[in-house]
Parts: sequence; C-alpha cells; structure tokens
Amino acid sequence: MSAWSVTEPTARSKWIAGILVTLYAVVTLIPLLWIISTGFKSGPDSISYPPKVFFQPSLEGYVNLFTTRTRIGQEAFEALPPPETWVDRIVRRQGMVIAGPSKFGERFLNSVIIGFGSTFLSVFLGTLAAYAFSRFRIPLKDDLLFFILSTRMMPPIAVAIPIFLMYRTLGLSDTYLGMILLYTAVNISLAVWLLKGFIDEIPREYEEAALIDGYTRFQAFRKVVLPQAATGIAATTIFCLIFAWNEYAFAVLLTSGKAQTAPPFIPTIIGVGGQDWPAVAAAATLFLLPVMIFTILLRRHLLRGITFGAVRK
Amino acid sequence: MTDSPIARVAEATPPGVARRLRGLSDTAIAWIFVAPTIFLLLAINIFPLIWTIRLSFTNFAANRPGREVEWVGLRNYERILTDEGTWANMQTTAHFLFWTLFFQVVLGFTLAWLINRKFRGNDLATTLIVLPMMLSPAVVGNFWTFLYQPQIGLFNYAVELLTGRPASSFSMLGPGGLAKWSIVIVDTWMWTPFVMLICLAGLRSIPDYIYEAAEIDRASKWRQFWTITVPMVLPFLMLAVLFRGIENFKMFDMVVLLTGGGPGNETLLASIDLKREAFEKWRTGYSSAYAIILFVTVFGLASIYVKALNRVKER
Repeated sequence: MSAWSVTEPTARSKWIAGILVTLYAVVTLIPLLWIISTGFKSGPDSISYPPKVFFQPSLEGYVNLFTTRTRIGQEAFEALPPPETWVDRIVRRQGMVIAGPSKFGERFLNSVIIGFGSTFLSVFLGTLAAYAFSRFRIPLKDDLLFFILSTRMMPPIAVAIPIFLMYRTLGLSDTYLGMILLYTAVNISLAVWLLKGFIDEIPREYEEAALIDGYTRFQAFRKVVLPQAATGIAATTIFCLIFAWNEYAFAVLLTSGKAQTAPPFIPTIIGVGGQDWPAVAAAATLFLLPVMIFTILLRRHLLRGITFGAVRK
Repeated sequence: MTDSPIARVAEATPPGVARRLRGLSDTAIAWIFVAPTIFLLLAINIFPLIWTIRLSFTNFAANRPGREVEWVGLRNYERILTDEGTWANMQTTAHFLFWTLFFQVVLGFTLAWLINRKFRGNDLATTLIVLPMMLSPAVVGNFWTFLYQPQIGLFNYAVELLTGRPASSFSMLGPGGLAKWSIVIVDTWMWTPFVMLICLAGLRSIPDYIYEAAEIDRASKWRQFWTITVPMVLPFLMLAVLFRGIENFKMFDMVVLLTGGGPGNETLLASIDLKREAFEKWRTGYSSAYAIILFVTVFGLASIYVKALNRVKER
C-alpha cells in the first residue's frame, strides 16, 4: 500500500509495542523454563542459593521419577558389584539402590487413555448434537442449549459428592469408564457450543444439493458437513483433550489407584525430606510438554476456537 | 465385496425396514443426534444435582452408610449461613475474585492493544504468551510452591534482585498476609492470556472506517480511544470477565496445591472449604447444602451479570 493510512500504527509505536510485549512474554515464560531446567539438575543444584541458572546437567530427576529407591546398610552397599548401567550409576551416586519401577509410567498411560477416550466421545456426541441444533427444528431449542451451557457453571465439588456416591454404588469409582464418562459430561457442553458455531457457518445449500442428488441425510452429514467442519472439529478436539489432560479435582476425589491420572500423582512425588524437586520437575516437563508442543503447532485453530466461542454468544 | 458382513446385513434386512432406515424423518434424526448428549448430561449433571439437593436436607455422612439418616429440614442451610467461618471464606473468595479479575483485565487489555499494533512477530509473541493457560493448574500450582520457597525459590530471589529486599526475609506462602497475594499472582500469570485473546478478537472486529471517519472529524487519538476503542471492546471484555469470574469462583486445583487453604485459613476459598467438609470431615448433608448455596450464588451473580452485558451490547 503506497497510500498513507490513518489506521496503520506508526513505525515508532510498533517498536514500542513490540518491545513491551516481548518483555512480558519473556517474564511469563521464566517459570516454564525453570520447570524444564530444574528437571535436569541434581538434587543439591536444585536447592542451591542463589538459584543456579548454569549447572552441570544431570538425569537424576528423570531416573528418580521412573524408579523407587531404597537405602541399604553401609556394608551391604560397599559389597555390591560395580553398577552395570548408567541408571544404576546415578542411583548409587545418591547412596541408594533401585528397588523397582515407579508408578509414573502407569499414571501417564492412564492420562492418555482417559484423555483420548473422553475426548473422542465428547467430540463424537458433540458433533451429532451440534449438527441437530444447527439444522433441525427442535422444540425448546434455546432452552436446551442454555441448559447444556449452564451445566458448566456447577462447581466440580458440588456434583462430586453425589457422583462419588453414585459411582461407589455402580462400581465405577476408580475405573477408566467412570472417568471417561465424567470428563465427557463436563466437556460436552463446550463441544456442542463450539461446534454449533462452526456448523452454522457452513452454507445449507451444500447439503440441499446433496439431498437432491439422492443422498440420505446421514450420507449428506457424513460426506458434506463433516469435511467442511473439519477445522472446527480439530479445534474442539484440542480443547476437550486439554481439559481432560489437566483435570485435577475429580481425579483426586474419585480415583486412588488403578485409574488415577498424572495430575494427582505428580504432587505426591517425594524424596528424602520433602518433595524431590528435580523428579517433580521432570514429571511436570513430560506432562506439560505435549500440551506446549500442541499449542505451538496448532496455534491457529486454538486461538480461533477461543475467540470463536466468545464472539458467538 | 458381497460377502462382507455389512453387505450381508444389508441383504438380510427386509425391504420395509431398509426403507424406514434410509428415510428416517428429520425429526427422528434430530432426536437420535441430540438424545445421547442430553441423556449423559441428565445422568452425570442433573441427577447428581437433584441428589445433592435431597442430601442437603439430611444429616447423611458418606463414610457411615449404616447410620440412620434423619431429615433435618433447613437446619444445614441455617448453620452455614450463620457460621462466621463461611463468611470469612466468602470474603477470601471475593478478594481472590476481585484482584485476579482486576489484574487480568488491565494486563490482558493492554497486551491485546499492544499486539494489535501488528508489529513483526506478533503471532509468535501471542503463542508464547498463551502457553501458561494451556497447562495443568494442579501441576503448575505444585511447582509454584518451589518457586515461592523463601531461601531457594526463584520468585524471592527475583524480588531480592529487583528491590534489594533479602530473599529470606519474607515468605509468600507463610504467615504474614502474603499468601492471599501469592494465589492472585499465579492465577494472573496463568489466565491473563485468556482475557488478552478475547480482547484481541474484540479489537480486530472494529472496522477501520470508523477510525477513518473519526480522523476526518479531527478527533484526537485520545478521544478515539475512549469513544471508539473502549466502547466497542467492552462487550468482549465483559464476556471474558464472566468466564473468568465463574471459573475463579469455582477455583480449586491450583490453590489447593499451592497453599492448601493455608496458612491457617488465609487462602481458604469457598470450594476448598467445601472439599474439606465433604471429603475430610465427611459431613455429606451439611456440605451438600454448602454446595447448593455456592451454586445458587454463582448462578444468580452470573444471571444478573449477563443482563448487564446484554444492555451494554444493545447500546
């Protein structure tokens, strides 16, 4: 554009804005970088004063995260054969021996199963409901939609009491199925609202043309609407996945062993005298990293999804 | 092809049924599509809510299923509303709500306004700023207890570097009144990006020609800001406040791992208190009444707020 525009900010104001925003971004990222770097510190380095920015990297945190260790008597310890693997060596350096694997792997896998299971279910059901709300005449449509939204206002603890009792009666406490259904119920309101917005934007004419060509409603839905709504479905999937992945309140109240996800487990990682910070940081890094990578790779869908919900209502 | 299971089912289906399947009326499809969602919400949201209401009139205790359950009428509600502890928790919640919303609105709007200058690399900056809100509040809350350690924590060290106040002379999570602010800081760090994104959507929805017209009328930049930018972003900002307000009223995970409600009861938000009553003291009836009171409060406040929001939108 060669013409001078009154709405285009001046070069100087762009510079100032850029510097201020970059400054905020740097400050806001420090805690995240600190989590990642603490994961690679040795125990003493992690609690030194002043806090160490430069340090000798160590895999102690990761080793401690995946193993349980015990102390044995001085003589027995000295009588041991030399360590065989690098894992052994790191544990021995702390004056301990490996007792077995830790539960972190299992908890992480639980997070994956429950996260993906509930996300699939909420996006699947949400897409169907959103399509119906967008295209068909449904009695009391607005009331139903508001009802769906209002279920999100309930404090989790408020419904946790009867759900706890109900699950205990039905044998759903501490099971994958119970947690998947619960997270689906929480996520589905968001899924319906977001997807309805996306489907509303697809012109009806496409489907009508398909119907005239002899498609049934189902075929038109599958072959015309679904491909068009792909962006919206992707954005919704990410939101549901992030929620289920991060959820803590229900997980800590309704699961204790078999189906416990990672968020209630990570804060319970303890070492000698309190929390084992390098191990906690290692767990946090492994747990947060997928979401960070997701956010960076799929930023366009995500940002659109967030603002989309807002503009619509 | 013909001997695939699907084809066999198709052949075996009587023509009448097939026609009916194919020709399902739109109404039937609508109900088939909506029913699972409604059913799930009824089973896992509404049924439990009704159960909570029922329990709230009893003295039931979930850890003693054998005990005889008595109807106590409104006594649970009376006890909660006349208890001084409840009001103290409500004040703590209000403090948390007010200051987190205040900081998030100020910072979020400013950031959005700056990012809207469209400097080079604003996309990248936006993505990086958004990261904290995507992360697990529980895991992050837990890690912040490490950053807040008086002697070795990064936060105290940064304060010492910037202000010269010795790092070990104060404790963000210990007694001394700072704990209230420690949860405000972490929540603001996590959720400012959310307010920022919604404001950004608002700013980008303002068409250029309005500013061009104002420029022709020789309105100053200052005047343009207050008479165009602010009023047009306001509905978006209010919406962001609504979402954050509801979420923070329910706040549990981040704070319970950061302070656990302590020291003493300094950061005992209503939902943390509720969890103690329900799952530590096992006063199920009493805490059901507590839950209903909280739900009615958030629902009532949100409804009033939405009315105000609609009035702003109409203007």
